[in-house]
Amino acid sequence: MTRPGGLRAWGFAIILVAVLAFPAAFGRYPVKLLQEILIWGIYAMSLDLLMGYAGMVSFGHSAFFGVGGYAAALALTGPGGALGGPLGALLLPAAAGALAALVVGFFSIRVSGVYFIMLTLAFSQMFYAYAFQTAWLGAEDGITGVPRPALLGVPTGEGWAFHVYVVAITALAALFLWRVVRSPFGHVLAGIHENEERMTAVGYPVRRYKLLGFVLAGTLAGLAGSLYAQFSGSITPDAFFWTTSGEALLMVIIGGTGTLGGAVLGAAAFILLQSLVSTYTERWMLILGVTFVLFVLFAPGGIVGALRGRIGLRA
Amino acid sequence: MPFLPDFLGQALNGLAYGALLFLLSVGLTLIFGMLDIVNLAHGSFYMLGAYAGLATLAVTGNFWLAALAAPIAVGLIGALVERGLLRPLYRRSPLDQVLLTFGLIYLFEDLVKWGWGGRIRSISPPEVFSGRVSFGRVTLPSYRLFVIAFCLVVALVLWLVIEKTRLGAVIRAGVYDAEMAAGLGIDTGRVFTFVFAFGAALGGLSGVIAGPIQSAYPSMGVSILIPALIVVVVGGLGSLKGSFVGSLIIGQAETFGKVWLPGVSMLMIYVVMALIVVLRPQGLFGRPLR
Repeated sequence: MTRPGGLRAWGFAIILVAVLAFPAAFGRYPVKLLQEILIWGIYAMSLDLLMGYAGMVSFGHSAFFGVGGYAAALALTGPGGALGGPLGALLLPAAAGALAALVVGFFSIRVSGVYFIMLTLAFSQMFYAYAFQTAWLGAEDGITGVPRPALLGVPTGEGWAFHVYVVAITALAALFLWRVVRSPFGHVLAGIHENEERMTAVGYPVRRYKLLGFVLAGTLAGLAGSLYAQFSGSITPDAFFWTTSGEALLMVIIGGTGTLGGAVLGAAAFILLQSLVSTYTERWMLILGVTFVLFVLFAPGGIVGALRGRIGLRA
Repeated sequence: MPFLPDFLGQALNGLAYGALLFLLSVGLTLIFGMLDIVNLAHGSFYMLGAYAGLATLAVTGNFWLAALAAPIAVGLIGALVERGLLRPLYRRSPLDQVLLTFGLIYLFEDLVKWGWGGRIRSISPPEVFSGRVSFGRVTLPSYRLFVIAFCLVVALVLWLVIEKTRLGAVIRAGVYDAEMAAGLGIDTGRVFTFVFAFGAALGGLSGVIAGPIQSAYPSMGVSILIPALIVVVVGGLGSLKGSFVGSLIIGQAETFGKVWLPGVSMLMIYVVMALIVVLRPQGLFGRPLR
């Protein structure tokens, strides 16, 4: 009998190979969709760390996605391409996301529940308002013509290089989050989710743990935003708009809260619904809304929860 | 001295905007106070109100009938939402309810797009208030003055109902402590439905009243929701007085931000909110947290 952990590692490896090899069998459009799913998957997973594990339902996660996107766009379009490599494409955006999350988190984690929702929402809208009216950020048009970076001397412009790059970053982000939620730190977060008073009473510095969780989530959201800017070649204030936070929430709920894989499944469901359904009917938003409402009502565990119930798959 | 008339005109514009915000946010704060739900679909009720008004206007051509039909229609939708969708969730975490109302935003917005298309539609003000009035060198559309007066009357009526009637006492009891009110024999189930429908109706009313100023478009609900939430945070969740004062503050902040600090005007209301949240986390008139 294989240990469940070993089984999981094999599963992860098989999915990874399949995703990597995807462009060999499929055309440009499906590959683009897959890359989009992966990028939004990172973003949704980062929110799931907050929602599913730490129990902090943030409606302002778009702030960090947007900050990462703008940081990458500024760095990659910067003069001389001095920041054109991994520094501008990955490190700076992640650091910018972390810094923004540190500031927003510092104020927001002092409250919880609906107050937390409203504060995070308002903070993300501040970023939106600022980006929308600021000339050096391109105001309402945002920043366009964001080039894809060269990594390890390889330009990731088109084709395989960019695909491998996106897949690799997604896999690393997933592994990192996986390690985080399994670490002692992750268990403390889950404990806070379960019962905050008890964790305080036991002597854990609850606020510091929550803030660190918030910053980690913001860092990865920044990374996702950066990849998105490189993927689409542009970033606009809409990245900050509160509905971008809501979309991540949709993904997490549809996929299954508290299951990192579920977040990616939710992202897949969202992107496929948006792009495939919209080729048949204009009513994709309606279908999305109804799907979401039905999930909240009847399948609060999301796709993963429903699967677990059906085939007895264990956590 | 051109400064003073400008100032007065802007203050009146801000007052009209604040009055509309009050009409919208008071429903939001009532629903929160009673049901502990942050109704993210409240902006959708505002949008639905504008379109219900548009539909009534198309049939009757009468603005006043539209202003009557819109809150009724949206109130009914609210009652259906509470009974059919939110009620099954009361035993779960309140966050599930917030999430559900988020899903409703997509649903309502797309339904309206389906029925009316995505373009902006203007709603003309009633004949009586289609002109402009001037005080000295200040001129502004008379409809804005009507909006200010109308919302003040609504505020007064609301205050009378809530402070002076039996129904108001029941609502206050429910807002203060729903469980205790149920223990005293109040049928909180029916009160919940009523308050949600009533809050939705106020949202619908604000949509149709805002119509001649802001026009109607499907995403209008998504854009107005944030200022309305900020009003509620500034004033204090669940507080009627807070919603009133908060609306006036945010209305002025938004309007004067546009005049004095055009480059960063959109940030103004957030700065106001941040200041208040830092100094008084529960908002101006909210009950202390925890």
